[in-house]
Amino acid sequence: MSTTPTPTPTPHGSWTGRVREAAVSALPPEKLLPDGQPTYVASWIYVFGVASIASLVVIIASGSILSLKGPAWWHYTGVGQFFNSVHLWAVELFFFAMVVHLWGKYWMAAWRGGRTRVWVTGAITFLVAVPTALTGYVSQQNFDAQWIATQAKDGLNSVGVGAFFNVTNFGQMYSYHVLLLPLAVVGLVTAHVLLVRRHGVVPPFALESRPTGGPPEPAGEQPPPVGAVS
Amino acid sequence: MSPTTTVIGAVFNLNHPAHVVHWHFFQMSVSNVVVIGLMFLVFALAIALPFPGATRRRGGGS
Amino acid sequence: MSRLSQALRGRDDTGPWTGAYAPYDLIKELCIAVGVIALLAVLLAVLFSSPDDKPSTIAQWSRQMPINFVTAAAKELDGTSPTAEYGPPYNHNGEGQHAAFLYPQKWLGVSHPINTANDFVIDPLQTVPNDPALQSAIAQYQAAPEKTQKAWGEAYAKPLEEYETALEEKKTPTNAVALSSTTGSVSVQASGAGPVPTLMGGLLSLAKSGGLDGSLLTSKQFFQTDYTKPLLFMSDGGLLAERAEGQHLLGEQWGMMNETGSYPGQVWLWLYTLWYQVEPFKSSENADILVMLVMGALSLAFICVPLIPGVRDLPRLIPIHRLIWREHYRAGGPPPAA
Repeated sequence: MSTTPTPTPTPHGSWTGRVREAAVSALPPEKLLPDGQPTYVASWIYVFGVASIASLVVIIASGSILSLKGPAWWHYTGVGQFFNSVHLWAVELFFFAMVVHLWGKYWMAAWRGGRTRVWVTGAITFLVAVPTALTGYVSQQNFDAQWIATQAKDGLNSVGVGAFFNVTNFGQMYSYHVLLLPLAVVGLVTAHVLLVRRHGVVPPFALESRPTGGPPEPAGEQPPPVGAVS
Repeated sequence: MSPTTTVIGAVFNLNHPAHVVHWHFFQMSVSNVVVIGLMFLVFALAIALPFPGATRRRGGGS
Repeated sequence: MSRLSQALRGRDDTGPWTGAYAPYDLIKELCIAVGVIALLAVLLAVLFSSPDDKPSTIAQWSRQMPINFVTAAAKELDGTSPTAEYGPPYNHNGEGQHAAFLYPQKWLGVSHPINTANDFVIDPLQTVPNDPALQSAIAQYQAAPEKTQKAWGEAYAKPLEEYETALEEKKTPTNAVALSSTTGSVSVQASGAGPVPTLMGGLLSLAKSGGLDGSLLTSKQFFQTDYTKPLLFMSDGGLLAERAEGQHLLGEQWGMMNETGSYPGQVWLWLYTLWYQVEPFKSSENADILVMLVMGALSLAFICVPLIPGVRDLPRLIPIHRLIWREHYRAGGPPPAA
């Protein structure tokens, strides 16, 4: 006897139904969370993407503690200093992992097979992470923040961005750093990962004497994992 | 008066002016050189070191 | 496939993978990664902590470098300081930087108006109570025509500028500028300076008391988070730069990449700071906009790597991928799927 409930038919013109159908069609569950990977995924270089995500998790967790207690707390307590340190070192690890991941993906030409958007979202994530870090540095409320703000303002003013993004305005910079830019980074990373799940990890280059599997296709979509042992 | 706060709990105190590496017109703090060097090293190791599960990949999946 | 699409994609014969899969637990991998990274971050925090050099204040600046403070203040009053002549977004006293026909700094306008004479000198001095000589000097200055104000300011600033130049060139400065070791006041021998010496003396006292820090911050309203005015005033002086030089943070020290102390800094800014060290950027008045445009173009190219012939072909030509996928290639290509 089947225990799966029969879904109600989608009413014609239902936005919810159309979004659901589009989402499930683009990313069916076994594609969104596969329990197997192609056999060529066999190198330590592949862990630097997830290492970047892991660093981002630690950044957000430590950053949340810092924002719970307010921007001045870490200057006058040992615990605050500790969480500031974790936050700073997690940022160093984040950029470290992203750079190694980027190098790996470049030398694999990971944009092949219709994966251009994967590269694009990844590159934009890196570029957005830079001002995210900058807004953090100028929110430190110490000498480093004073120096970086008074220096960075010249670059930003020269291209007119300083007219609406004032690095010497602590309130504005703190807001960008704690809310707006982390949202942007998380959004971009989500898009990046969903695109990787949709298109699959890029296959190796075909060596001249050995054919790849299957004819070239523009979309570069791969079938759901077969033969994966659960 | 020292402009630095006492660092609480650090095993190694990095609160002193950085040593700087000068090479032609490049100037970089030693700590930055270490970070960049580690990036290259880790990249090389990530590619060179074998990844576990080779038996599974050869025999598994069928 | 259209010809444009073909040109954009280049030589890409990557088809979908029809070979075998092996078990790979993504969620477990994520959990392990978070654990490892968290442990690493905590270990680094325990081993090295993080830097926290205390901020400078105007009070400290005026006490540690009173002549430098008065020199900067004189320039704020007579409109010749870097902030006074900056242009947008602070004022219209300069056009700002440009590159060829691009003047974005001018085009985006004055969004954070600062009149250095009023905002940094006159308005704070007007808050000083019980000083009739000072208030009379302010009234005299404000009542004078602009030409007279300028002449007073220049007469007072000239010996101070000569003093600073002598120090920079490591020559003995003249006696025209002196610092009293008993009162801590700065005396400047300048005839034709009008009420300016009284104004500068008053500002120095206000600064030393800490009142100028507060006055510049809360001038518009009680609650403030905008430190633009005190920061710009301080950056027109020498204290921040002196501290920065000691920490290898100056532009010519590749300081953009550095952190205070011996901590690793922002290594990802290496290319951004590199341009400032080479011509034509190094000696250009428009260095900032030129570097920003170059980095903007390179960032766009970075995003568009898959579309750039040559750059996108390099990975095929320099086969680091043979090392990465050596297991796959040794097995003779894709093994058959089930």
